[in-house]
Amino acid sequence: MKHLLILGGGTAGTMVANRLLHRLRVERDFWRLTVVDRDDRHLYQPGLLTVPFGAATPDQLVRSRRRYLEPGVELVLGEVEGVDPARGRVHLEDGRVLPYDYLVVASGTSPRPDQTPGMAGDQWRRRVHEFYTPDGAVALHRRLERWLGGRVVVHVTEMPIKCPVAPLEFTFLLDDALRRGGLRAGTELTYVTPLDGAFTQPVARERLGGMLDARGVRVRTDFVVDRVDDGRLVSVDDREVPFDLLVTVPVNLGADFVARSGMGDELQDVPVDPGTLMSRAHPGVFAVGDATDVPTSKAGSVAHFEADVFADNLVSYDRGRPMTRLYDGHANCFVESGRGRALLLDFGYDAEPLPGRYPLPVVGPLSLLAETRANHWAKAATQRLYWNVLLHGRPVPIPSRAPRREPAATRAAA
Amino acid sequence: MPVVQIRERAVHVDDEGFLSRPEEWDEDLAKALAEQIGITLTDRHWEVLRFLRADYAERGQTPTTRRVDVVGGVPVKEQFALFPRKPGRKMAYVAGLPKPHGCV
Ligand SMILES: Cc1cc2nc3c(=O)[nH]c(=O)nc-3n(C[C@H](O)[C@H](O)[C@H](O)COP(=O)(O)OP(=O)(O)OC[C@H]3O[C@@H](n4cnc5c(N)ncnc54)[C@H](O)[C@@H]3O)c2cc1C
Repeated sequence: MKHLLILGGGTAGTMVANRLLHRLRVERDFWRLTVVDRDDRHLYQPGLLTVPFGAATPDQLVRSRRRYLEPGVELVLGEVEGVDPARGRVHLEDGRVLPYDYLVVASGTSPRPDQTPGMAGDQWRRRVHEFYTPDGAVALHRRLERWLGGRVVVHVTEMPIKCPVAPLEFTFLLDDALRRGGLRAGTELTYVTPLDGAFTQPVARERLGGMLDARGVRVRTDFVVDRVDDGRLVSVDDREVPFDLLVTVPVNLGADFVARSGMGDELQDVPVDPGTLMSRAHPGVFAVGDATDVPTSKAGSVAHFEADVFADNLVSYDRGRPMTRLYDGHANCFVESGRGRALLLDFGYDAEPLPGRYPLPVVGPLSLLAETRANHWAKAATQRLYWNVLLHGRPVPIPSRAPRREPAATRAAA
Repeated sequence: MPVVQIRERAVHVDDEGFLSRPEEWDEDLAKALAEQIGITLTDRHWEVLRFLRADYAERGQTPTTRRVDVVGGVPVKEQFALFPRKPGRKMAYVAGLPKPHGCV
């Protein structure tokens, strides 16, 4: 009997476990599937974006992990201390040792304000806030309820971060909320990014940058933060941005045990082959979801598309056959833009987001890169879809391949 | 792919002028590329460029500024001093490597 151990029971770990279980059942293969997580609280992270605006509380976004793992998948609760890939073992903090034949690292990535001097100091959760954790989102909600005007700076510390559009969405939603509360005129909104535009991919960058302009948001680009001083961000090349309220997305780092086990890169992500998701250093060890170094978005949709190819590939690998279903970087993200509208981006390693239509079943085709109400409702519906359909790892009738686009030259000519 | 002349040499570049065939690079070319963006190469620049070339050869991806800091041992602040304003892009440009991936 083969034993597959999955470290992390969040979006990717749950989808991979369930997907593989279905796949193995079809093949009548009997494997042992175990998921390890530190607790039994599965958080729907995209919902955190609505918490600062009072539209949800964290309790409404949390459910039991066990409930979403298909019967047949074992859940072990414990803090992972380290992996010993040479011996095929995982060590938990409480001393338990879990042996494995195959390992999947699905431990995600987390905000680390401790990595930037001055960020997690005495102003943390007073004047310096974040919304990537439940506590942070709640503290920010309290702060916004008392907001009367002044300088708000929305800031991305360093790329990559999970859900790269979340800080933009936050800015659009904040602009909207301030307008409705009559506080927009007295608030100066600035968006500070280490990138050279609002987003990385050119077509989306223009569209999203234009949306910031239209809302009167100032944009400071190429800003690599050196430290957070009392009330100002200071860049490594000595530029300064003052604030009364800083809403930052701290550096995102993979789990510390990845680094301790010598399996991580400079961001504690696991370097993998971008097609097969197998570790470059340790055959039989894979990574999925936010824990990898693949050059696409860190997003739940990516975990979903990866789970699609992963199950097939693992079965092939186990049988000594080549892994032929290669992941192509496919990602899609909804971008809430305020006023009850949203945009949809759809892209892959070699396909940048472009306008067009996206063939979502039931809800109907959605417009890509355009602000529509249908997109907003589709985004609002994804939480139900997430709990009821996506996590179960059954095939969903949405394209799992990234869009194929004509080369830039032909496009420009058209 | 466009081909451009740099000091009597024909090299392949992408739309933004980054070398699209890293094997066409050599140290003479690096000097010319650096000159084009107003940089005179010192020993410290060369250390950075050699790290970039070696890391790219090993991993097939242009290293990020964080990687040049953590793995290459050159602090981000110093990278800014050596390759002002946009060190990530400028280091890749002079080292003849693809533009660093945008990390969406
Ligand atoms: C504010 C916000 C908005 C977002 N919006 C969207 C969106 O609109 N669309 C979208 O597609 N994605 C969105 N995302 C991103 C999405 O939530 C993540 O990409 C997704 O959760 C990644 O799944 P994962 O399984 O890789 O990581 P996670 O879901 O974070 O799971 C990692 C798991 O590993 C466990 N773990 C880590 N270390 C240890 C350890 N040492 N021991 C035991 N357990 C451990 C954690 O407890 C956790 O359960 C958003 C994220 C945020 C924060």
